Parts: sequence; structure tokens; C-alpha cells
Amino acid sequence: MNSFIYHLGILLVFPPLLLGVIGKTKAFFAGRWGPPLLQGYYDIFKLGRKQPVYSVTTNWIFRMGPMISTAAILAAGIVLPISGLKAPVQFGGDMILFVYLLALSRFFMVLAALDTGSSFEGMGASREATFACLSEITIFLNLAILALLSKSLSLSGIFLGGLSSSWGQVGPVLILVVVSFFLVLLCENSRIPVDDPETHLELTMIHEVMVLDHSAAELALIVYGQALKLFLFGCLIVSMIFSFKIRNIAAEAAFFTSGFFGLGIAIGIVESAMARLRLNRVLYVLYAAFIFSIFAFIVILVRGHA
Amino acid sequence: MSFERFYVHNGQAWALAQVPVLDEVSFRREILESCAAAGRLVSLFAHGPKDKNICIYAVVGMDHEGRLSVFSMQVPAGKTGFESLTPVLPQAHLFEREIAEQSGLQPQGHPWPKPVRRHQNYSFYQIHSEEVHEVAVGPVHAGIIEPGHFRFQCHGEEVLNLEIQLGYQHRGIEKMMEEISLERAVLVAESVAGDTVIGHTSAFCSNIEALSDTQVPLQAEMIRAMALELERLANHVGDLGALSTDIGFLPVSAYYGRLRGEFLNLSMELCGSRFGRSLCRPGGVLFSLDEGMIDDFRRRLLKAKKDFTDVAELFFSTPSVLSRLESTGRISRQAVEQLGLVGLTARACGHERDVRTDYASGMFRFHHIPVSTASSGDVYARALVRRLEAQRSIEFLLEALQQIPSGELLNKPSRLKPDSMALSMAEGWRGEIAHVAITDSQSRICRYKIKDPSFNNWMALSLAVRGGQISDFPLCNKSFNLSYAGHDL
Repeated sequence: MNSFIYHLGILLVFPPLLLGVIGKTKAFFAGRWGPPLLQGYYDIFKLGRKQPVYSVTTNWIFRMGPMISTAAILAAGIVLPISGLKAPVQFGGDMILFVYLLALSRFFMVLAALDTGSSFEGMGASREATFACLSEITIFLNLAILALLSKSLSLSGIFLGGLSSSWGQVGPVLILVVVSFFLVLLCENSRIPVDDPETHLELTMIHEVMVLDHSAAELALIVYGQALKLFLFGCLIVSMIFSFKIRNIAAEAAFFTSGFFGLGIAIGIVESAMARLRLNRVLYVLYAAFIFSIFAFIVILVRGHA
Repeated sequence: MSFERFYVHNGQAWALAQVPVLDEVSFRREILESCAAAGRLVSLFAHGPKDKNICIYAVVGMDHEGRLSVFSMQVPAGKTGFESLTPVLPQAHLFEREIAEQSGLQPQGHPWPKPVRRHQNYSFYQIHSEEVHEVAVGPVHAGIIEPGHFRFQCHGEEVLNLEIQLGYQHRGIEKMMEEISLERAVLVAESVAGDTVIGHTSAFCSNIEALSDTQVPLQAEMIRAMALELERLANHVGDLGALSTDIGFLPVSAYYGRLRGEFLNLSMELCGSRFGRSLCRPGGVLFSLDEGMIDDFRRRLLKAKKDFTDVAELFFSTPSVLSRLESTGRISRQAVEQLGLVGLTARACGHERDVRTDYASGMFRFHHIPVSTASSGDVYARALVRRLEAQRSIEFLLEALQQIPSGELLNKPSRLKPDSMALSMAEGWRGEIAHVAITDSQSRICRYKIKDPSFNNWMALSLAVRGGQISDFPLCNKSFNLSYAGHDL
């Protein structure tokens, strides 16, 4: 029970900090001070205090969307081990649940967007769904590789020790998987070069344009949900890199935290170093991610995973 | 009917009686012939004095000869229309729509007789299909920009058609010019487009000076030219920054933004306004630079020049930036000719169209700024022309700082000549600004026609996004950065 509370606490508290790290990194490269590290939290609290506005064309689906969507992401977090902590819920095949909980979250965001009847949100929903098709298959392929290597179908089994010997044996393959995950992370969380989380231009957005009509607490939920999703993808990457077992909770927490800061800085550097891609080129990023993981998959199959 | 063509130069006034008056058939033929012979419609407008018949004036610019042909057509009483030129001369399309809106004369056979600024329930072009969806953007936008409505017909992400509807900023400026005193009129001229204060005000002032035979002191000419280039610099650099914001290339956008501030601040030191207000007045300018300021300006410009060179080098050499700009929003050379596009947009398609060179007036008769062109006509070309022009403007300013003439700043203009007409043009940072003034027998301005480059160029934006991706629209829009206020007047 205690571990469940710790786990949930981390999921609830930690994610917006990652946004702050990215923001600071980007500000550094632009020669600015940038927003405070805790800006993500301020935004969520500010939105939470506001009064919601609803369009008359929407119905309950629109209001349920953010709740179900964020709840689904949170539920996905429950099956993912964080740092050295075992996931509160684990069973063989929970990795499939993880991916489909994220898909469920997206499904309800898309429904809520379509419910508004606005052409902007329709466009956003169509883009989000299109890109999801490609990122989902890549995530599955990556998880399949990890499952083969660790001989476990559970996320906890994979990340809590299952991979510790693989870095020595098939390190390059794991690097391919990490790169592939990183590209998927950029796509799934609407970061540059795929989407620009800071733009105000509705016509160019992917994710943001889907949530244009949401306000107040529901928007706060969405903002938090997005931060959480980024955090979960970050967890996948960081847990893969620090997959060795140390049996010292403080050392693991330190590794994990520094891994997260490193990830935030890496995302910030990518966002500062390049411009956004043209929308029809976004697919190439996903193709690249897919090709990285299919290569890794072939190597594992050919080499044998014993 | 043959007649003697009447040519004028930029910044000249002449008696109204000198303008040839043609009948409808020869007026039409004359426009078509002179436009076929490398001419270009600079202005086409109706003037309807109270107790007289409506008269349509045409100003055709012969860019390579540096002069403009002016002629007119008297519309007989009781006639409600004229044969539209647009089917054979597309560049007349907006001028004719404007004539219909302002004078009630209908261009017969015009393919798209939609009002320009007061569109009351005129329907949008629509494609009826299950697969085509419509996207409406504006007139209230997400960014802090002016109001305008954009109606897209899209097939998935591809734009089939974009219709732009403006007029939300219509303030009746041309009408106001006929009714207010000259002292107030100059303030109105400053407000035609808030980012082109010097461009419009210098054109206005030069009309008043021509109509009153006022000699502008050399020092004032120099200060005006410098202010015009400072305005160009601030806007070009600001636009490059806006382009980089739109493509999410943030480090450079912050840098460009700071540089824009540097140029605006120079303008503020010169005249007390970051946007060049209260500098130009009929007869000259109100402010100049003293010795200390000249040194300070030179130092700051040299610094800005270095900074601009560095940041532009980074911007134009980053692969992800180039891949985003290149072949986005392309318009053809042909479209420039057919639609009579001007300024930066035309130059980005390889047309050497620049009022400072073609119709040089004021200080530009002595200082020639090379015309910057690019050939591809896409967003990249428009960005590149901005970069080149900004560099050349800095060069000009550095050179000009050493040669500011001394003497008077302002010669107060006397009374305007009665029954006269004047034309002046300026190369604002967007392109050709053309002002035409007509005075009545009491020496009052009875018609003031303003043409902002945006008037010519909005159509280019429609063409640029046709067949492209709807997600590229903001980038295309920013690459032109046209004025809503300048179009709406």
C-alpha cells in the first residue's frame, strides 16, 4: 500500500517539473532567463481556479474527454515502474495495457475535439490520429524487443533488472531502441521538430489545436495529462538507460532524477537547435523511429535473444 | 482617336486640364496597350465631383522609363457601368472592384465583382463536395495582429482555394483627407498603416509640396530617406524574427526581436517616436541629427550590422530552417506580371521593381541603393530579399550619416494650386506606395487616392497557398506580412 502511495505521489507531483527543465534549457539557448522552473505548476493552479466556458454545440463527451483521457494516462503510469520502485500493478502482458491506456486517452481527446464541430479541432484530431498510427506500432515493436531481451511480458519485469545484462551483450541494439523511443517521445508529446508547444498558430498545431475549446480545470487536467505523458515516455527511456540494479534506494533516486534532468535538457537542446518540420515531413520522423526499431528487432531475431 | 500621351514623374504636380480625356473605347485601349508595352497599373480610380460627371483616372507606370502616363475617361451622365478590363488585364481586378464600391459604377463582365471593403453578405467561393472541408480563420486571430477573414477550401491538408476578406479596418481615410485641414491631414497620413508611417507620410508630404511648389531643403530630404530606411530595417528584421518564431526556431527569433528594437530605438532618438511619427511634415522634417547623435548612430549601426550579419548567417545556414522555407508558398514570375504585384514580393520573383530606382525622388536621386532580388518566389526568396535589403539599408545609413547636408529643415508650404493633380510614390518596406491628390477650384483637396502595396499584393498570398499545405499558411502569410490597415484605408 505504501509503495502505491509513493508511486502515485511521484506521478502526481513530478511531471510538470520536466516542462520547467525544458523551458529553462530553451531560454538559455535563446539568451533569456525564461519562465521559472515551477511554471508548469503555476499554470495548472492558475487554470484550476478559473471558471470554465463551454461552447453551446458541445455535450457531455466534450466535458468527459479531458477527465477520461487524463485518468487513462494516470492508469498507464500505475503499471510502469519508476526508478527502483516496482509498479503497484503488474502482470504478464501489462505492457499491452500500458500502450492501449495511452491510446484510450488519445481516443477520448479526439472524440472531445470532434464534439466541438470546429474545423480547427477536426483538423487537429485528424493529424493526431494519423501520426498515432505510426507511433503506436513503433512503441509496440520496441516493447517487443525489450520483452524478448528480458524474457518478461511485464513492464516491471523488463525495467527492474530484466535488462541489466543486455547492455553488455547487445548494447548497440538498445541504443537503437532508445533513439527510436526518443523520436516517438518527441512526436507523441508535440515537441519540436514535430509540433511547437509554444505556437499560437492554430493552423500549424497538432495536439494544441485539439484542445483549443477546453478551459479552466479541464484544461488544467489536459496540461497535467500532457506533462504526465511526457514523464511516462521519459520513464521508459531513463529506466532503459539505468537498467542496472543498485539495491540502494537513494542512489537509484539520484540516478533517476539526474536522468530526467538530462532528458529535459536533451529535449530543450533539440528544440533550440532546429526548426519545426513541415507537417507532411513529420511522417519521416516516425518512419525513422520505426526503421530504428525494426533494425533492432531484426538484429535480435537473427542473433538470437538467449 | 489618337492623342498626345501625357507623362509625369514621381513627385510632380500638373494642371488637371493637361490630363488627356478619352472616350471609353480609347481609354480601355490605351490601358491595354500601355500595359502590354511594359507598363503597369499604378492607380485606377474614380473621381466624382459634386456637380460634374464621374471621371476615371488611370496612372500607368512605365518602370523602365521612370515616368508615368496619366489619362482619364469621362463617364457620361446616366451611365451606370463600364466594360471591365479584368478579363483581359487581371491586374485591374481590385481597382475595378474599388471603383464599383466607391462610385457605384459597375465593371460589366468582371468575373468577381465582390466589394473590397464593405462586403455585405457577398457569399464566399465554395466547393460543394463531401470530401472538401471549409476552414474559417479570423477576423479575430490568436496572435496580436489586425483583423481579416480567411476562408479556406481544403481537401485534407491541401488548400484548394483561399479567399481573403478584408475591410474590418476601414476608417474612411481617403474621404477624411478631403474634409480636414492640412495640419490634421498629415497626422491621418501617418496613420494609414502604423508600420509604414514614414513611407505614407513622405508620399503625402511630397504631394503637398508639389501642389504648392515648395522646395524641400536638402537636409530634410536626407533625413526622410534615412528614416525610410530605418523603417525598412526595423520591419525586415522584425519579419525575419517572426518567420523564425513561426517555424519554431527560437534562439534566432529572440535575437532578431532585440535587433528590431535597436532600429526602432534609433528612430525614437531621431524623432521621439519608435515608429517615425511626427518626423515628416509638408515642406521638410521637424528633427535632424546633431554631431554627437551622428557619432552615436554610427556606433550603434555598426554594432547592429555585425549582430545582424551573424544572426542572419545562422538563420540562413541551418538546414531545418532552409527545408522549411524553400519551395513553400511559391508564386510565379508570371503571376507577378499578371497581377501587378509590387515591392518585396515582386523582387523575390526576380522582378527589379523598386520605386527608389525606377522613380527615384528626393535623396534617392543622388544615393542609389542597389535593387535586391531573388528568383525562386517562395518564402525563402522573400526572406532572402529581406536580408539583402536590410544589409543594404544599413550600408546606406552609414554612408548617409557622413553626408548629412546642413541648412534649413522646413520650408513652410504656401497655398495649394487650384484645379491641379499631383502624384508621389515611395518605396515603403512592403513596396510601392502611391498617393494621388486632386485639388478643386478653391485649392482644397477634393480627391485623395492612396494605394498601399498591400492592395496589390494580398492576392499573391491567395496564390501562394493554393495547392500547398494548410499548415504552411501562417508561414506564407508572415513571409508577405501585408498590411490590413493599409489595404482597408
